Amino acid sequence: MATEIKSAWSGFVPGQWTNEVNVSEFIRLNRHEYTGNDTFLAGPTEATNVLWNRVMELTKEERERGGVWDVDQHTPSTIVSHGPGYLNKELEKVVGVQTDEPFKRSIHPNGGIRMVDAALESYGFEPDEEITKIYSEIRKTHNQGVFDAYTPEMRAARKSGIITGLPDAYGRGRIIGDYRRVALYGIDFLMAERKKDLAKRGGFLSESDIRDREELSEQLRALQELKQLGAAYGFDLGRPAENTQEAYQWVYLAYLAAIKEQNGAAMSLGRVSTFLDVYAERDLEAGRLTESDVQEIVDHFIMKLRIVKFLRTPDYNELFSGDPTWVTESIGGMSEDGRSNVTKSSFRFLHSLTNLGPAPEPNLTVLWSTKLPEGFKQYCAKMSIETSAIQYENDDLMMPQFGDDYGIACCVSPMKIGKQMQFFGARANMAKALLYSMNGGRDEKSGAQIAPVWEMNTEDVLTYEKVYADFDRTLDWLAELYVNTLNVIHFMHDKYAYERIEMALHDPEILRTMACGIAGLSVTADSLSAIKYANVKPVRNEEGVIVDFETEGDFPKFGNNDDRVDAIAVELVESFMEKVRKHKTYRDALHTQSVLTITSNVVYGKKTGNTPDGRRAGEPFAPGANPMHGRDTKGAAASLSSVAKLPFEHAQDGISYTFSIVPKALGKEEIARELNLAALLDGYMSGEHKGHHLNVNVFNRETLLDAMEHPEEYPQLTIRVSGYAVNFIKLTREQQIDVINRTFHGSL
Amino acid sequence: MTMGYVHSVESFGTVDGPGIRFIVFLQGCALRCLYCHNADTWDFKKNNHRSAEDVIQEALSYRPFMEASKGGITISGGDPLAQPEFLEALLREAKKHGLHTTLDTSGALRPPNLDAILDHTDLVLLDIKHIDDDMCKKLTGRSNANTLALAEHLSERGTKMWIRHVLVPGWTLEEGALRRTAAFIQKLDHVEKVEILPYHEMGVYKWEALGLDYPLKGTKPPTSEEVEWAEGILQGTV
Repeated sequence: MATEIKSAWSGFVPGQWTNEVNVSEFIRLNRHEYTGNDTFLAGPTEATNVLWNRVMELTKEERERGGVWDVDQHTPSTIVSHGPGYLNKELEKVVGVQTDEPFKRSIHPNGGIRMVDAALESYGFEPDEEITKIYSEIRKTHNQGVFDAYTPEMRAARKSGIITGLPDAYGRGRIIGDYRRVALYGIDFLMAERKKDLAKRGGFLSESDIRDREELSEQLRALQELKQLGAAYGFDLGRPAENTQEAYQWVYLAYLAAIKEQNGAAMSLGRVSTFLDVYAERDLEAGRLTESDVQEIVDHFIMKLRIVKFLRTPDYNELFSGDPTWVTESIGGMSEDGRSNVTKSSFRFLHSLTNLGPAPEPNLTVLWSTKLPEGFKQYCAKMSIETSAIQYENDDLMMPQFGDDYGIACCVSPMKIGKQMQFFGARANMAKALLYSMNGGRDEKSGAQIAPVWEMNTEDVLTYEKVYADFDRTLDWLAELYVNTLNVIHFMHDKYAYERIEMALHDPEILRTMACGIAGLSVTADSLSAIKYANVKPVRNEEGVIVDFETEGDFPKFGNNDDRVDAIAVELVESFMEKVRKHKTYRDALHTQSVLTITSNVVYGKKTGNTPDGRRAGEPFAPGANPMHGRDTKGAAASLSSVAKLPFEHAQDGISYTFSIVPKALGKEEIARELNLAALLDGYMSGEHKGHHLNVNVFNRETLLDAMEHPEEYPQLTIRVSGYAVNFIKLTREQQIDVINRTFHGSL
Repeated sequence: MTMGYVHSVESFGTVDGPGIRFIVFLQGCALRCLYCHNADTWDFKKNNHRSAEDVIQEALSYRPFMEASKGGITISGGDPLAQPEFLEALLREAKKHGLHTTLDTSGALRPPNLDAILDHTDLVLLDIKHIDDDMCKKLTGRSNANTLALAEHLSERGTKMWIRHVLVPGWTLEEGALRRTAAFIQKLDHVEKVEILPYHEMGVYKWEALGLDYPLKGTKPPTSEEVEWAEGILQGTV
C-alpha cells in the first residue's frame, strides 16, 4: 500500500475495506452514531452568508432572464469540457461548477440534438449550426437510435399518452455513482482495480463480453478525465482525501463529473453525509476543525448542490415541473450492526435548511426507522414543519432487502449504492387503459385505434365483472408493449449515451432493474369502485365510443381506509406487476414498478377523457399513490392507512405519497406538533401495513395563494410536490393550482 | 350489541386529548349554544347507526399512530352524554383493547350510568360554557349546575380533566366572569390543563345549511392578545 494511502487512513478502523472497495464496511466500522439533540449546531459563517447572497442574486437574475441565466451552446459538455469556475474563489470551501461560470448551462447532445436546439430556441439562444450538423449527420444520438427501432404501435401509444414521460429524448438518469469511493480510495487505486476487472474478461468474447470490455475501457477513460478535472481546480484526486475539506471536495468533484457528462432526469447523490462525518469527527477530535468550520464546509457543499443546472425544454418542464435535478441525498436509517446511521452530520445537512434557508435541492431524504434516535426524529419533524423540504422513506421496509448502504435515486427508488442501477421507465396510464378497454382499444379523445381491435362495451349500465375482464386484457397488452418499449430505449441509451463516470463508480458486476411505473392509480380504483358500488351509465358518441359517464349513488373512495376500494387499488398494483414480469427485459434487468407520477399527474390528466368516478376530462390525476384531491375525508391517518396498504413487494421502485397538513392540525404547541409529526411517521411506517414514502408539507393554503399573487416575496418558498421539492414560484400556473387543490389535512 | 348514532369520525385528531387520537363525533346535544360550530350534530337519528364494536374496530386500525404518540380515542359530539348507553359501550370496548379514552363533554346532562361511564374514562375534556347560571342559560339554553357538579365529582373521584372555556366577545370575554371561573377551577383537583378555545366563525355555514339564522352574526373572534390575557386569568398567572 502506498504511504499516502496510509496517512489518509490514519486513525480509521481497518477491515476488508482496506484491501478492496467496500465503503459500507468502512462506514459500519468508523461512524460515530449521535443520539443527542440539535443544540450543538452552528450558524452560518460570514463567508457562507456572502456566498449565499451571491447565489440569491444570480437566482434573481436567472428569473429575470426568463429562466436561463446563460448557456454555452458551442461546447458539448464532457468531464473536461469547461472550467474551472467559481462563485467566489477566496471564500469557497468546496469549489467547482458545471461550466466556467456558475448558473451558465451547457448542452448534452448525446441524448438528442433536437431537444438541445428546441431548448435553446425556447430560451432565446441560437443553436450552433456546426453542432447541429455534427449530431444530425455524423454522430448519432440516443433519440435517433430509439426512433429507428420504435414500432408503429410504440409511436402511437406514446402519442396518445397511454405511455408518457419516456426517457427517449432526454437522459434517463437515476443512476447513482458511489462518489464516496473517490474520497476514500483516490482514483489511482480505483483505476488499478478496474484494469484488473478488464483483464479478467478474455478468451472467447461473446457479444456481452465485448460490450463489457468496451464499457470498462470507457470507465477507465472517464476516471482519467476526472483526475484532469481535479487538476484543473488544483487537486490531486489520484490519492485519497486526507481531511474533511478534501473529502467533501473529492466527493463533489466526482459528482460534478457526472453532471457534466449527463443531463439525466434525476442525478442523485447517494448517501454521503454519514460517510463524510467520519472525516469530520477525526478532524474535530484532533482539534483541527471547530463545529463552525465543519458546518461551513457542509453549507458550501450544499450550496453547490443547490445550483446544479441543466438545459431542458418547456415540454420537459410540464412533466417535471420547477426545474428539478433530484440531487437526492439519503440521510439516517439503521445499520446492520443494530445502531443507527445517524451522525452529527445528518443534523448538519438538515441544518443547511436553516443556515441557507429552505430550498428544493438537494432532495433531502430521511430514511426513517421507528428505531432512529428520538432526538433525530424530533429534529426532522421540526425541520419539516419549518421548511416543508424533507421527504421520508421507510427504512424498516427497505433495509432488510437493500442492506444499510442503499440510497434513493430520484424520488422513491431504492438501490444499493455502487452495486445496483435502474433503467428508468416513466409510467403507463391506468385510467386511459380502463377507457381503452371499454372502447375496443380506441382512444377516447381522438377515436384512433391504439390497442388491438376488441369488441366495444355495449352495456347500458356498466357491470364490474365485464369491465374488469376487459380491463385485464387491456393491461396484458399494455404491459407487453411497455416493457418492449423500455427495452428499446435502454438498449439505445447504453449505446449512445452511456454513463461512463457513474458506472466507473460501481462494482463491475451489478444488479439492473427495469423500473416500470403506473399513473392514475386512485382515479382508476375510484372508477372501478363507482362501477361496482354505484350505478354508472356510459354516454356514447355516434361511433359508439364512450365519452362520458352518468354516475348515480355513492361509492367508497380510495383514501378513507375502506377496504372495499383499497383492495381494488392493491389488486391493480399486484396484477400489473405480474403482467410486467412476464416479459423479457434488456440485459436481464429485474422487473420493478413504481406508483409515482412526479408532476406528470397534470399532463396525464390533460390527455385523459372523462372517467367513471366523476373526474372530468382534462382534470389532473392525483399524484403518485395519492387519493384523489378532496376525496379523503376521514382525516390524515385514514388517508395514510389506505396508501400504506399498497404492497411494496410489488412496487419496489417506490410508492409515493405527497401529504399536506396545516400546522394547527398537528397540535397546539410547537413541541406537540413535532412529536405528533414524528408519531405520524412512525404510525404510517409501522403496523400491519407499512407505508413506503411520505412527502411532508406543513403550511396553510393561504400561503400558497399569496405566493401566486406575489412571487417576488417568496423566493425560497419550498414545497414537496412528488418525490421532490420545488420552489413554488417556479411551477407552472397549472401546477400551482393543482397543488392548491390538493387535500390539506386539517383545513375546513 | 349496543348501537348508537355516529355523526362522523376523524382519524387524526391532535387537540382533543394527548397524542394522535381517533375521534368519534356522536349525534345529539342537549345544548343550543349560540356559537355552536357543529350545529349539524344537534339532532338525533340522522343516519349512521353503528355498533360500539364496529366503531372501536375502526379505531383499532389506527393503533400504530396511537401507540407512537401515546394517543388514543376521544368521544366527542354533539355531546356524548346524550347517548349514555352507547357512550358507555364505546368506552368499555375501547378499554377492553387497552386504548386511552377521553370524553369531550359539556357535562350538561347527568345520565344514571355516569359513574359506569367514568370508570372507563381516562380523561375528561370538560367545557364550562359560562360560570354564571343566568348567562349560561341565555348562551346555551340550559343551567350550568350539572356541569359544575360534574367538575366537582371528577375532582373527588380522581378523574383527570382538561377544563375548556370558549372565549366569546360579548359573552365570556369579561374579567369578572373569567375570575369567577378561575376561582372555581382553583378549588378542583386533577385538573391537568386549562384551555381557552377562541370563538370562531367556521361553523356558520352549517347553520345556513340547516336553514337556521345564526344568532351571533357580526361577532368577531377575539384577538390573540385577548386570548392570551384570558388564558392567563384562568391559569392563575394574571
